[in-house]
Amino acid sequence: MSGQPHPRVALFVTCLIDAMRPGIGFAAIQLLEEAGCRVEVPQRQTCCGQPALNSGDDRDAAHLARQTIAACEGFDYVVVPSGSCAATIVHGYPDLLADDPAWATRSTAMAAKTHEITSFLVDIMNFRPQGRRLDATATYHDSCSGLRELGVSAQPRVLLSQIEGLEMRGLEGNDVCCGFGGTFCVKYSEISNTIVTEKAEAIERTGADLLLAGDLGCLMNMAGKLNRRGTKTRCFHTIEVLAGRANGPAIGEED
Amino acid sequence: MTASQTSFKTRAAAALADRTLKVAIDRTTATAERKRAAAVAAFPEFAAARERGEAIKNHVIAHLDHYLVMFESNATAAGAKVHWAADGAEARAIVTRICRDAKAKLVTRSKSMLGEEIGLPHALANAGIERVETDLAEHIIQLAGEKPSHIVWPAMHRTREQVAELFKASHHPPPAAADPATMVQSARRELRAKFLGADIGISGANFLIAATGATCTVTNEGNAELTTTPPRIHIVTAGIEKLVPSTAHAFTLLRLLVRSATGGELTQYTTFHCGPKRAGDADGPEEMHIVLVDNGRTKMLADEFRTMLRCIRCGACMNHCVVYRQIGGHAYGGTYPGPMGSVLTPVLDGLAGARDLPHACTLNGRCAEVCPVGIPLPTLLRAWRSRSWRERREPRALRAGIGFWALVARRPTLYRLVSRIGVRMLRLFGSRGWIARLPLARGWTRHRDLPRPAGRTFMEQYRANQAKQGARA
Repeated sequence: MSGQPHPRVALFVTCLIDAMRPGIGFAAIQLLEEAGCRVEVPQRQTCCGQPALNSGDDRDAAHLARQTIAACEGFDYVVVPSGSCAATIVHGYPDLLADDPAWATRSTAMAAKTHEITSFLVDIMNFRPQGRRLDATATYHDSCSGLRELGVSAQPRVLLSQIEGLEMRGLEGNDVCCGFGGTFCVKYSEISNTIVTEKAEAIERTGADLLLAGDLGCLMNMAGKLNRRGTKTRCFHTIEVLAGRANGPAIGEED
Repeated sequence: MTASQTSFKTRAAAALADRTLKVAIDRTTATAERKRAAAVAAFPEFAAARERGEAIKNHVIAHLDHYLVMFESNATAAGAKVHWAADGAEARAIVTRICRDAKAKLVTRSKSMLGEEIGLPHALANAGIERVETDLAEHIIQLAGEKPSHIVWPAMHRTREQVAELFKASHHPPPAAADPATMVQSARRELRAKFLGADIGISGANFLIAATGATCTVTNEGNAELTTTPPRIHIVTAGIEKLVPSTAHAFTLLRLLVRSATGGELTQYTTFHCGPKRAGDADGPEEMHIVLVDNGRTKMLADEFRTMLRCIRCGACMNHCVVYRQIGGHAYGGTYPGPMGSVLTPVLDGLAGARDLPHACTLNGRCAEVCPVGIPLPTLLRAWRSRSWRERREPRALRAGIGFWALVARRPTLYRLVSRIGVRMLRLFGSRGWIARLPLARGWTRHRDLPRPAGRTFMEQYRANQAKQGARA
């Protein structure tokens, strides 16, 4: 539990949600407010720098780290609706800025208050969604960065278990990478394709109506493959379902 | 051994097209994954052993000079001759010289990845010495004229059906049936005469015990024992990172190694070789030579890849790697495949020819999760990416792309404008929610559809909402 009931929270939207699926950002604001947070969206944020960091371009990654820290550090918490962007801030920034005397401390302070959203809601705010109902079957893919770098595993499941009518089905290989890997999926597209094909087959075997995950990159990869295969599984970010938005358009559906 | 001349992508594409290869990979890695999980679950102290194993290796790495000297002194006292090789060429020269001095015609060898690393099979052939691989899987790939595709199961790229064909064509007489038991019997018959007729047996070492000067090998077939005991001379080739302070330390690591590699508690054979035959011993070699190989390892001590020296060669990282499980080991092009190989191959063969390896990884972290000595493999792969970027080895188009993107991302106001325009342009390429073909992102759309973005970015909508609320207030 947090020390204060109504913490000031900076939402780090992530560049992918900003451009590709803004609804996830609004679902995040809604849930954080339901949990009692005062949410702001710092306007000096852009991207966490992951594309540069994973390409080996440490200089640009460090620039973006400083920019993100400066934009968000003045809040009680920084909450991110993506495991991999949150992990970049929590683990990547302190590594990138370790030798920069002016920024090393700021990066570790920022890391200490940054959380992936489902783990923030459960571990810090002790929040459970109230009065949600969704008559559907769903399966959940554990996105790798959130799972292994931040320990996001039980939290989304705890939150989803609060939704009446939602039946969760186990996914074979739920903790195996979907083959996205950021720029990996375009640089080594043939390898990525065979990985995501196996993932799509596992999703299809569940027979679930919905596929849920906590990272839009992985979701776009899996949703895009499922659609190419003609599979009708509807794909949502976990927090869209938690915010009661699963009756709206899924990824790749339009109003 | 340098990475093969074809490009990684070409080799990977060929591997992906080989569906029999995929069957072979899936059979072995799925079994390995299942058995390892069961073995770890049945060993509640695994996490503690892992910490201990990591600490032992860190300690040895920090005091390598001390333990190397201790090992040399104790091995020498036990009657072995210790040789030092700075690189593969020196190691090959030492081994072939011992073979020539002994006028050896036939050499048996039990599986050693270090031997592959230093190019020993090729060197023996060049020296006109008959080499017989005695590990069953090594026997298979020797017959097939191939290199290992996995560090624990060198022939894992071949299905048992393919092995049956190979034995039928190569064994004299061919095996009577194609079931595993009959094929193993046939291989035993082929190898038995060689075991007894060899002049020299060459093995690797899983551990070098500093306190006793012994070397330790683990096998499930007993071939290391038959390789190292009957011949007149036993040669051990081992990397200097194999050192442990004492036998007790070796056993801590064995508990991790075997569970992580095969899911067993111990291998069928765990043998400590301490010096040659002594007066009164019933058997054993007359001479024992230990070739300690550096080949880039002391350089790793001083750089960001130091933690890689902890590796005990269990293969768990590759068994759990999504990329390895699609392309198998040969596509990597180096001696060592999979995540550990993608860290080591640039060390051994240079980054120029191995640039793809650290990039052909999704950084999903499963390798580090299963590593029995806690090597942060994704961090090390990222370190190679940083070095590759600093040395300007990345394709020009990629550098320019990241550079332009970063230029924009570092200017929030410009970034808002570019993303507003970007999502609107992107929408033009698709209809009904999806984009099926996108000129600059064919890597994506060749295999999957891209969801069409909403018409307005989050930031646009958020600011419009804020403005509305401001107006109402």
